[in-house]
Amino acid sequence: MSIGHTLLGLLEGGPRHGYDLKRAFDERFGHDRPLHYGQVYSTMSRLLKNGLVEVDGIEHGGGPERKRYAITDAGITDVESWLTEPEKPEPYLQSVLYTKVVIALLTGRDAADLLDVQRAEHLRLMRELTQRKRDGDLTDQLICDHALFHLEADLRWLELTAARLGQLAKAVRS
Amino acid sequence: MSGQGAPAEEARPHVSVARWAADLAMGGRFAVTGGRESWARTIMTAVGVGLGVALLLLASSVPHMYQQRNDRGDARSTLSFGDTQVKPGPDTLRIADADTTYHDRDIDGTVMAPDGKGTPPLPPGIDRIPAAGEMWVSPALKKLLDSGDGKLLRDRFPYRTIGVIGDGGLSGPTELTYYAGISPKAFGHVNSSQHLDHWGLENKGKNEPLDPALLLLIIVGCVVLLLPVLIFIATAARFGGERRDRRLAALRLVGADIHMTRRIAAGESLFGSLLGLAVGAGLFLLGRGLASGVDVWGISFFASDIVPSAPLALVIAAAVPALAVVVTLIALRGIAIEPLGVVRNAKPKRRRLWWRMLLPLLGLALLLPLAGGFGAGTGGGGDMKAYQAAAGAVLLLIGTTALLPWVVEAVVERFGGRGSVPWQLATRRLQLSSGTASRAVSGITVAVAGALALQMLFASVQAQDSEDTGQDPNRAQLMANVPVSDGDQARDAFARYRATKGVSDLLGVTEDYVSDVRPSEEDPSSIGEEAITVADCPTLREVVRITSCANGDVFLVDSPSYYGEGEGFAKPGAQVNLTYDEEGIPNLKEKKLWTIPATATKVKPRQDPAGGERTGIFATPAAFDVANLPDPDASAMIRLDPKVPDGIEYVRNASVALSPAMDVMRLSSSSQSDEFQAIRKALFIGATATLLLIGASMIVTTLEQLRERKRLLSVLVAFGTRRTTLSWSVLWQTAVPVVLGLALSIAGGLALGVMLLKMVGQPLAVDWSGLSTMTGIGGGVILLVTLVSLPPLWRMMRPEGLRTE
Amino acid sequence: MTPAGSLLIAASLHKTYGHTPALDGAEFSIHPGEVVAVMGPSGSGKSTLLHCLAGIVKPDSGSVHYNGRELTALSDAERSGLRRGEFGFVFQFGQLVPELSCAENVALPLRLNGTRRKEAEARASAWLERLEVADVAHKRPGEVSGGQGQRVAVARSLVTGPRVLFADEPTGALDSLNGERVMELLTEAAREARTAVVLVTHEARVAAYSDREVVVRDGKARDMAGAR
Repeated sequence: MSIGHTLLGLLEGGPRHGYDLKRAFDERFGHDRPLHYGQVYSTMSRLLKNGLVEVDGIEHGGGPERKRYAITDAGITDVESWLTEPEKPEPYLQSVLYTKVVIALLTGRDAADLLDVQRAEHLRLMRELTQRKRDGDLTDQLICDHALFHLEADLRWLELTAARLGQLAKAVRS
Repeated sequence: MSGQGAPAEEARPHVSVARWAADLAMGGRFAVTGGRESWARTIMTAVGVGLGVALLLLASSVPHMYQQRNDRGDARSTLSFGDTQVKPGPDTLRIADADTTYHDRDIDGTVMAPDGKGTPPLPPGIDRIPAAGEMWVSPALKKLLDSGDGKLLRDRFPYRTIGVIGDGGLSGPTELTYYAGISPKAFGHVNSSQHLDHWGLENKGKNEPLDPALLLLIIVGCVVLLLPVLIFIATAARFGGERRDRRLAALRLVGADIHMTRRIAAGESLFGSLLGLAVGAGLFLLGRGLASGVDVWGISFFASDIVPSAPLALVIAAAVPALAVVVTLIALRGIAIEPLGVVRNAKPKRRRLWWRMLLPLLGLALLLPLAGGFGAGTGGGGDMKAYQAAAGAVLLLIGTTALLPWVVEAVVERFGGRGSVPWQLATRRLQLSSGTASRAVSGITVAVAGALALQMLFASVQAQDSEDTGQDPNRAQLMANVPVSDGDQARDAFARYRATKGVSDLLGVTEDYVSDVRPSEEDPSSIGEEAITVADCPTLREVVRITSCANGDVFLVDSPSYYGEGEGFAKPGAQVNLTYDEEGIPNLKEKKLWTIPATATKVKPRQDPAGGERTGIFATPAAFDVANLPDPDASAMIRLDPKVPDGIEYVRNASVALSPAMDVMRLSSSSQSDEFQAIRKALFIGATATLLLIGASMIVTTLEQLRERKRLLSVLVAFGTRRTTLSWSVLWQTAVPVVLGLALSIAGGLALGVMLLKMVGQPLAVDWSGLSTMTGIGGGVILLVTLVSLPPLWRMMRPEGLRTE
Repeated sequence: MTPAGSLLIAASLHKTYGHTPALDGAEFSIHPGEVVAVMGPSGSGKSTLLHCLAGIVKPDSGSVHYNGRELTALSDAERSGLRRGEFGFVFQFGQLVPELSCAENVALPLRLNGTRRKEAEARASAWLERLEVADVAHKRPGEVSGGQGQRVAVARSLVTGPRVLFADEPTGALDSLNGERVMELLTEAAREARTAVVLVTHEARVAAYSDREVVVRDGKARDMAGAR
């Protein structure tokens, strides 16, 4: 899962301090594994280096100095292409897909579209597997079937998520 | 009692009455609370059962209806049994029948005049004896007289209407009848009259044993008419059964056992049939109100006459729900309602032929010994024979019905998928469920077979009865016997008829008797007599074979074998005596002689237009003056002008003016017994009604079947099936069982008919017209069922059916 | 995806049942020999799209072009004739005539089209063999398993050599093994005969037998081939 893209997506809503970013991330995606601040710091410096974010301002207060980051146009484009590019269908995709859907909803993009594209990608792979199964022997068939059933499970999750987008959008934006 | 997985046979616990009642009640609740669908089913059953119950109630009212009608008829009867003729006295009434006919409707009339100053007997329904020139009329006659249609009839009654006869004096509400008062003198113009000291029969025939042949007819008739009704009720109790079975399967899923579901199903039918009883009672009451205005072959009943016999009504009230329950339980025997659905026994037991054959064979065995000997059996065994015959006939009819399912199954099995697509669809459908089809048609079998057999019987009896009358309506259409007291009056009457509107020609003969001038040599108390007929030449040509005739001629026709040997006394030149005494015996003491002219020629007789042959002396008016005849009879044979409508009514009006109690006879070449005509018509109507009833239940079954296959129909539409294809398959599906049923019933009906004819000793004759009518009606029912099924079929053939899943 | 060379093209289809819009501007096209899956949640209008494409239901507006003919302009009889001759149908259940034998069921479309019985039944038994259910030819649908019945239905849909096969959840009532075999046989036979298949399904593994998929959502159809 791409922490960089996620943080970028969170920045699309407006400039934030690094600590704010960590809190926002944990709130939405870090249920079981909160982000270390160091991770945020290193990711942000990578994004700065790549020109996807810029420093909006520095606050000097009682504690450590706090940088405020803002997303650049290049950063927005990067989020866009991340969201529209389907993930390679593989097991345990849901955390990435979930993050993508939430980011899409947060940034006002079409989450349904994202899911449709992802489904097409899944189906493409399933077609390949089906074809391979047809041409192969029993071992191939069993292996392919295993993959097919997993992909189908993902697809079902996609369908379910698609059906609940409205509900999710409300929850995310609140 | 866990009952889990236990076979049904083992799990038969002792079911308490309360359990039964609870399950039945639950079924009753299902009949109403299952939404629109179960209401529709319940209503269908109720209406079906109701129709049947109404018919049964009507049938059970027949004895009372006839009883009431006969009682009223007896109360006003003028017949007197015994030898004692009532002598005129101060308290007696002189009456004469004055029946007439108007536009083919019979009107019963009685003219009357008190013999003395006392209190003459009063017929039922009127307040006082009408004075001369007055009359009481029945309500129906009053209505007819007041209507435009009765305009001509008004001229026939020279009486003032003083009131309407009360219901107690009528046999039925549509009866046309009147009591008219005439002057005592007018009885002089009446052919026959009698004196009454009371109205009505005093000692009614005390339960005369019913004629065995009649009993046979009645029993067979009842079976023929009522069995289909019962079959219809049984079919109606099963309306919507397939759907109900599925509902019961759902009940099994939540834990009802097999017996419980059966009881619940029975409860549902019970409720429907109880509702049907109520509907039937309602229909009966409704029909009763309407029936009082209905006039069938001159017979009508007051609504108050139509009362079901209490025991029979009780039997109906008990038997109909019982029948519904039994039918349901039997129907459920063939299927297993499992929690996950209804399992029809995939391979139903092949129907067995032997017991089905047994019934009709047993019937034949009972009937055969009676062949040829039934009518002859006047001995004490007559009653037993009648029961044997009735039992045989009933067995034969029921057996024919029992054979039907086997025949349908056997025939349909042989179809084997050949033929067009609609034919294939229909026959395959029948193969899968021939039982449903034959059940619906079995009513037809019994009705048509019975009706056909009775038809044959009646047709043959009728053929014997309606022998040639010898009448020739081409030569004259009407015949009137005018009561006259002398020859002058006869002349006047003829003149009057000639002047009547609509009469184109008239052949008038005046007849009387003349006697020998001396007593017989062997037996001095007997005196030879000979008829004398006076008529003009054109008329004489119609009654004797003559080549030339002039006024003044006399002809003689020998009476055949009247005198045994030689010739009679009436010979050319012989003298004859014209006088008779008051007792009607030739009066040789005060002779009035007439000499037969020597020129009289012997000729042969000729049938007159009324079919009679005359013998004796035939004289033209110039040769014999009719005024000399002491007590002549005048007969007028009348030719009508076909261009004048209602000519016959003008003639009848003219007749009544001549005599208050005279009717005119219409000549026809053959006479048919009216009763047999009526019975044949009744049979046709009954058979038609039955076929329609069966058609109705077939429509319900077909619609139900179509609704069941809504989705399939939509699929068939999806892959481009034409409407006509499916329409034809519905037609075939109806036609095959009906045709088989008709064929079987024709066979059974002919067999029974032959037996009945043999029993009453009539020649065998097949009533082809009856046969073809029945076949035609059967074809009509097929068409009707198909036509009624088409609109719903087409509605269901819309693709919307694919959407419901 | 251009409609050029397409066998069946639908444009801006609208169809409303009562007050519920089933189709709201749906587009669709299919090439000869192509297998297109129509996917989407229940009630999205998949089946309605299939019914409109097959000329079973007339859309309220929009056009359906088949082989140069405008279906919406044809009479009911003409559309029926088209369905008899050039289209084939497989549904989820309840499609076999219960009183006819399986062979007679397969022969039915041929016979409706006027083929003689002998020939129709010969062709029917060839198709039954092809779908590996020759042994149930003389049984009635009630006496065979769901998988066998569905194969009989597929045989029936292909027996006339249709140019378009419409399959509405053809494996909906089958287990996965049976469902897969039916899909394999169906797509194989269809590709061989260059029959286009419109496959309505909500199952991804069934849709995986298609060449591409179209997603119907809220009455609108989206062709996913051009989505990336």
